[in-house]
This record gives sequence, C-alpha cells and structure tokens, in this order.
Amino acid sequence: MTDRQSAARRLPGSLDTNRRLDRWLRINRDGTVTAFPGKVEIGQGILTALAQIVAEELDVALERVRLAPTDTSYSPDEGVTSGSRSIQEGGVALRHAAAEARELLLARAAAKLGVSLEQLSVADGVITARGGASVTYWELADESLLAREASADAAPKPPSQRSLVGTAVPRRDIPAKVTGAPSYVQDLELPGMLHGRVLRPPSYGARLAGLDEPELRALPGVVAVVRDGSFVGVVAEREEQAVRALARARRIARWEESETLPATTDPRFLLGEQTEDEVISRKGDPAAAPAAKRLEAEYTRPYIAHASLAPSCAVAIFEAGRYTVWTHSQGVFPLRRDLAHVLGVEEERVAVIHAEGAGCYGHNGADDVALDAALLARAVAGRPVRVQWMREDEFMWEPYGPAMVVRMSGALDAQGNIVAWTHDLWSNGHSTRPSGRGGGVAGTLAARHLERPFTPQATGNPPLPGGGSHRNAIPLYEFPNQRVTNHLVKRTPLRVSALRSLGGNANVFAIESFMDELAHAAGADPVEFRLRHLRDPRARAVIETVARQAGWRAGEKGDGVRGRGIGFARYKNLACYVAVIVEVEAGNEITVRRAWAAIDAGMAVNPDGLKNQTEGGIIQTVSWTLKEAVRYDRTRILTRSWDDYPILAFPEAPEVEVTVIDRPEEPPLGAGEGAQGPTAAAIANAIHNALGVRLRDMPFTREKVVAALAG
Amino acid sequence: MGITLEVNGRKHEVAAEPETPLLYVLRNDLKLKGARFGCGLGQCGACTVIVDGRAVPSCDLPLSAAAGKRITTIEGLAADGKLHPLQQAFIAEQAAQCGYCVSGIIMSAAALLGSNPDPTEEEIRAALKGNLCRCGTHHRILRAIRRAAGEMRKGT
Repeated sequence: MTDRQSAARRLPGSLDTNRRLDRWLRINRDGTVTAFPGKVEIGQGILTALAQIVAEELDVALERVRLAPTDTSYSPDEGVTSGSRSIQEGGVALRHAAAEARELLLARAAAKLGVSLEQLSVADGVITARGGASVTYWELADESLLAREASADAAPKPPSQRSLVGTAVPRRDIPAKVTGAPSYVQDLELPGMLHGRVLRPPSYGARLAGLDEPELRALPGVVAVVRDGSFVGVVAEREEQAVRALARARRIARWEESETLPATTDPRFLLGEQTEDEVISRKGDPAAAPAAKRLEAEYTRPYIAHASLAPSCAVAIFEAGRYTVWTHSQGVFPLRRDLAHVLGVEEERVAVIHAEGAGCYGHNGADDVALDAALLARAVAGRPVRVQWMREDEFMWEPYGPAMVVRMSGALDAQGNIVAWTHDLWSNGHSTRPSGRGGGVAGTLAARHLERPFTPQATGNPPLPGGGSHRNAIPLYEFPNQRVTNHLVKRTPLRVSALRSLGGNANVFAIESFMDELAHAAGADPVEFRLRHLRDPRARAVIETVARQAGWRAGEKGDGVRGRGIGFARYKNLACYVAVIVEVEAGNEITVRRAWAAIDAGMAVNPDGLKNQTEGGIIQTVSWTLKEAVRYDRTRILTRSWDDYPILAFPEAPEVEVTVIDRPEEPPLGAGEGAQGPTAAAIANAIHNALGVRLRDMPFTREKVVAALAG
Repeated sequence: MGITLEVNGRKHEVAAEPETPLLYVLRNDLKLKGARFGCGLGQCGACTVIVDGRAVPSCDLPLSAAAGKRITTIEGLAADGKLHPLQQAFIAEQAAQCGYCVSGIIMSAAALLGSNPDPTEEEIRAALKGNLCRCGTHHRILRAIRRAAGEMRKGT
C-alpha cells in the first residue's frame, strides 16, 4: 500500500489522528509496558479501564501496565476528555494498537525461534513454541518494534477470549487515595516552590481603579505582586502568606463595577433574548395532526455550578524562556495553544502536563488557573509557582452549566397514542472550552482582564448528532409528526460552558416529564406508555429491567407522601441507554429515598466502573434537581461558598441500585453522563405520583412544592 | 519561635505564625498531603483530622490551638504497616470516584467509630454531615463504613 493510500485509510478511534504505534505503547526491557493515553483520569476510572484493555490485548499481567501522565511533549493528542468518549476514542485506539503490537512481537518471535506463527502461544509476555523453546516480549522489544504506522489489521480479542475486559478490576488509584499519598495536582511540590493567589474582580464587568501595590509587597513573605490591567496576583514564600496578601488586596483594591447580569434568576429571561433558530428535526406536520387531546408545558433549568470539591489548582515554572505547567485540565493540547497565544510565545515553548484534580464534571476553573500560574511564574522566573483558587474564586468565576427553557407540546389520538410532538429549547451554546485558535481570542479567564485584553472565546455548540444545547432534544421515541427547534441564545450574561450531559439534562427532563404528563392525560401507566412509543430493543430492555428491579407495579398510585417515577434516555441518541426509577418521600422537604437504574453501555470494560459512575450521576443529579441554582443580582454573582450553594449531604443521600446490562459483542458506548437527564425527570414524575403536583422548574425546593400544592 | 505539634505520635517543631491554619502546616511543613483543601471555611470536611479523639476541620484550627493536642491524620491510621479497617473497606467497596473527599470522610468515620463502635445508619449519616462528596459516592461510602464497623467489632 502506498503512503498516500495508507494515510487516507480510516483508523479506529484516536489512532486516526495519532497513527504511530509508538505514540501509544512501549514495551520495556524491564518487564513493564507503558501505555500513553491522551485521555485523562477525572475520577471516572478511565486509567484502570485502559490498563485492562492493554493488558488483555497484549496478553500481559495487569500489574505490568503503566500509564504515562498525559503530557504535550509525548502523548497522543486526543483533544479533550469529555462527552463520555474516552473508551470509544482512547480505549479503541489502545485496543487496536496493543493487538497489533502483540502480532509484531509474535512475528519477531517466530523469526527468532525459527518456527511458524501457528506454533506460538503467549502468556504474560512469554512466547512459547510448541517444541518448548521460548522468548519474552522484554527480550524482543526495542525502539524499532513499534516505530511504524498502525494498520489496525490485527483483530482484537473476541468476547470468548477475554479475561480482563468485562471484569470488575479494582481501581488502581484508590489505594493511594485512602492512605493520603500525594495523588492530585494540589499535592504537587517542587523545589523552591512559591505560592500564588489571584485577586479576582468582584463582578464580571468590574475594572480595577486603584491598588496600593507597595502595601502588598511589604507584607511578610511576599515575593512579587503582578498587576496587568485588572489582573492582580500575589506571590509569597508560604501559602498562608499568599492567602493573607490576597485578603489584604481584597480590602484595599478599588473597583469600578457595572450592572451586566440579568434582572432575574428565572431562566425565562432567555425567552426575550435574541436567538438563532434552527429546526433540527422535522417529521410530518405536528399542527395539522387530528387530535383528541392537546397538551403544552414549559420546563426550566437554572444555571448550575460544577462546584468541584477542590477549587482548581495549577503549578507553573518559567525558565530559559520556556513554560512548564502542571494542570488538571481535560484538554492539555488545546490549553497549550491557548496559553502560548496569551503568553505571546510559540507553542513549542509551552509544555503542559496533566496531574489529576478532583472531579470536574465538565469545564470548571482548571484551564483558567493554569494561565494564572503561568502569569505569576513569569514574574519570578526560575521558581515554580503554585496557584490554588479559593472556594469563592471557583464559585464566582467557573463557567456554569447554562440555564435553559424548554417548551413542549403534544397531541394524543383517541386511543391515547402520541400523534404530534414539538420541542423548543432556549439556551446558550454549551462550550467555551479553550480551543487555542488564536486571533486575539482566549478561553482562559485572566486573558480578558489584562491591560491588552483578549476577547473571551464565544460559546460553541457541539454539532449534532451529539449536540450541545440540543443534546438529546430529538426524542428516541417514534412519533408520526414532530418538530424540534433549537433557539440558540447569542448573549451570554453569565459565563457558561460544558457541564455533565450538556443540554441532555434539561432536554431529557422536559421530554420525560412531558411523557408522564401525556401518559397521565391518556390514563396510561408511565412504563407501558413509553414502551408503546419505543421500538429500539435496547431502549426497551433498560426500561423493562429497571421496572423489574424496582418492583414497578403498573398504575400504582402514590399515597400522598411516597411516590415513584421513571425517566429514560439514550445519551446523545447514540451512546449509553439509561433508565432510572426514583422513590421520593414528601415531608418537610422532598427526599429521594431510593433509586434504581439499568444501564446498557454495550461492551462494559469494567462493569463496576459503570455502576460507580451511574450511581454517582444519579446522586449528583438528585442534588442538582432538589437544591441547586446559581444566585446573582444585577451586578454580582452571589454564590460564594457551600453555605450559598448547598448540595446533597450524607443524611439525605438515597440508596441506589444499578444493574449493568453487559453486551460483550457490541462496541462500547460512552457512559459517564447517562443518568443526568433521566434522574431529573424521574424525580419530577415521582413527586407527581406522590403529591399530584407537577413541578417544572428546577430546583424543586420546599418553597416550590408548597406553592404548587397551594396553587 | 517554634511551636511543637504532635502528629501521628511524633513531635514536630514548626516555624510558622501561631494563627496559621493547621491544614497548611500539615501539608506544606510536614508534607502530609492527606488532609485536603476544599474550602478553607470549615464547610466541606476535606481537611478533617482527629484532634484528641474528635473530628475537626484542620483549615479552621490555628496552629496555636493545635499545639499540645494529639493529632491524627490519615497517614497515621495504618498501624504496623497494616491498613486500618476503614481503609481496607473503602478499597473493598471501591468507595471512591475522584476520591478527593475520601481522606476527610475516613477521619470523620474513624472518630465516630472510636467513640461509637456500633452506630446506627442515622448516626453514621449524621457524623458525616460536615463532609461533602460532589461525585455522588455517598452510597458506597456508607456501605464501606458499615463494613468497617462490623470488622472492627469482630476484632479483625
């Protein structure tokens, strides 16, 4: 095959854009294997799963597999770890690369031992010929072995030959975390390291009017004060000295502020904004369908904070004209481009190295603090600077999950079947992740506050089929007439970006709440009603499975205190299938007592990892749905600490039971975000089952329940 | 000007201002990274350590108040190279997603079990009221603590 022909050939997963085998794997003479993932650990267990895949395909013991930290100097560029794509992109790439590496090793062994390939078998890196002669991977491997482009001709193992993939291998990172061993970027310590803090403006529109820098420089331990436009940072020898200098700076800085925020925290302000409208699904004519009953409903979701338990953190050093940055960013390669652009250096002069952070659930402050650290490191050239965001920094400045409004309409025929369906959504685009495309634009926060400011990166909306604000807006159900319209709101008064499931949370909340409202109007059981409009057998299977697990009884009514509800979605209409049932108890507050879920993510690399992520998604969404909304007035974000933004606490946490439907013959499907939409709707449906009231505006606080019961 | 701290059974001389939060001293002077910064406001529990038998947020405890007390951090739980039953249970139950909250929660649980070896479900949940978990691992964490409590009562 010519170079041009092989270059045009599509390779599986991220192999397509990172085609050399030695970009992904290295067989070491010391009996270990190093894999080079471009996807990063964000608490979803991906590194353990990738190690399983590599060990499986190579036929080596799991303990021999090392995973190199993702580093722009040597790792494959897999873009951003997001969208539940890591197994489908990185896992698939490593699967094929490892299978091919095994074949190359076998070919070498055959030559070395003077036997044909069929006579060879492999166990834990030892290749044995039928006659008894053997040689190991470690003896055969050298730099040339994998120095070639992948062909993806080697077939990965079929389900019958798998012994690691598909099993609940324990997470390799948990033992260190339960013993307090350094595990996170927050724990990184380098010789001579200084501590930095950034004085953030009090509001989006604020401009620094005055600051007594000498007063800050005179504080104990302060080594540098950086002021560039409205960007102010302090650097000190000891961490508490940096924190005290920040507190002093907050007291003495003078700002000019302006009103830039909406007049209301009710997401319906979006309905009055300028939009770009696009019909994304059209079938028949919903308005013309003859109907026995018509229904309409409007649902809203407020701005939700990622609220990572650890405020974002980064360490940077600037020496010999080069920057090295340690960060928990989900995308080290685009971040590198963004940093280079803002710092005014060529990309080659910036190295970005991933170190794990706390759960981020999307685009939080991780990229921003990386720029902060680099800017402060530049001022103390040669010494590393660690910048730890304060709790207030993270709450006030992280990009939130966008507020959304969804209007539904539907029509039923005389038999109670849905004959028409419309879905209209209003939302900003759901991503401002740094893309590093330059041109005076930057995705990192400090860049917009500099004397010569960069233009903040505008919101992007990942295109369909995956989608952004319109993710999961097209229903999986089959209706004869439907229309789905995305009203993309251009103005972004609050900083927004990707939050777990993107538009999926609000769109599925609306769809699944509305399915229940239609079922109620049709006098039908919610489970039976959904199955009636759903042909996809895997979708039907998760609904039937969860109903069985929960002991769902058709037509069962709540008793005024307890009730149950169901929600279902196929994430992005092409990833995992998830059905969730929750049981609520309505007392002084709404409490979710129990939840059940069934998930089909195709081939499950690690079934316990799937369960863990699904349990977590359910519990996190219970918190979003019952408690969470970012608060603001006309000028300032008012959400500053956990007191202002309570999340679900241990006394309130539900019992959760997740069933994984493993399909080893199927391709793996992205699974980390599948529960966010279904859980929100299941709660609303359970509340209706319990109390007979329909809540359509998240969060379902006590006040809203009381108002609904009264009204 | 030095302050003497007793941490995990060892004495340390620390040269820091008396009002320095214990959390920074543990992490930066003693290099014990297990107590974590989550808020610095005593609201999230990620920095929880045990002081004279009680679970305390170390971000909220000045060095001067920590002096003269017996302080235990997560690094001090394992005895004679053997993991504490709580640590073993968290591994066995895979009770972590990002894991950032876990060391603080284990310390809160250790303090609870130290004074109440047979807690009810409500008592366990109440003891963790000041410990936040954002990933939603609550269910597994509670199961791990129940498991450890059972093991400890058996004397294993």
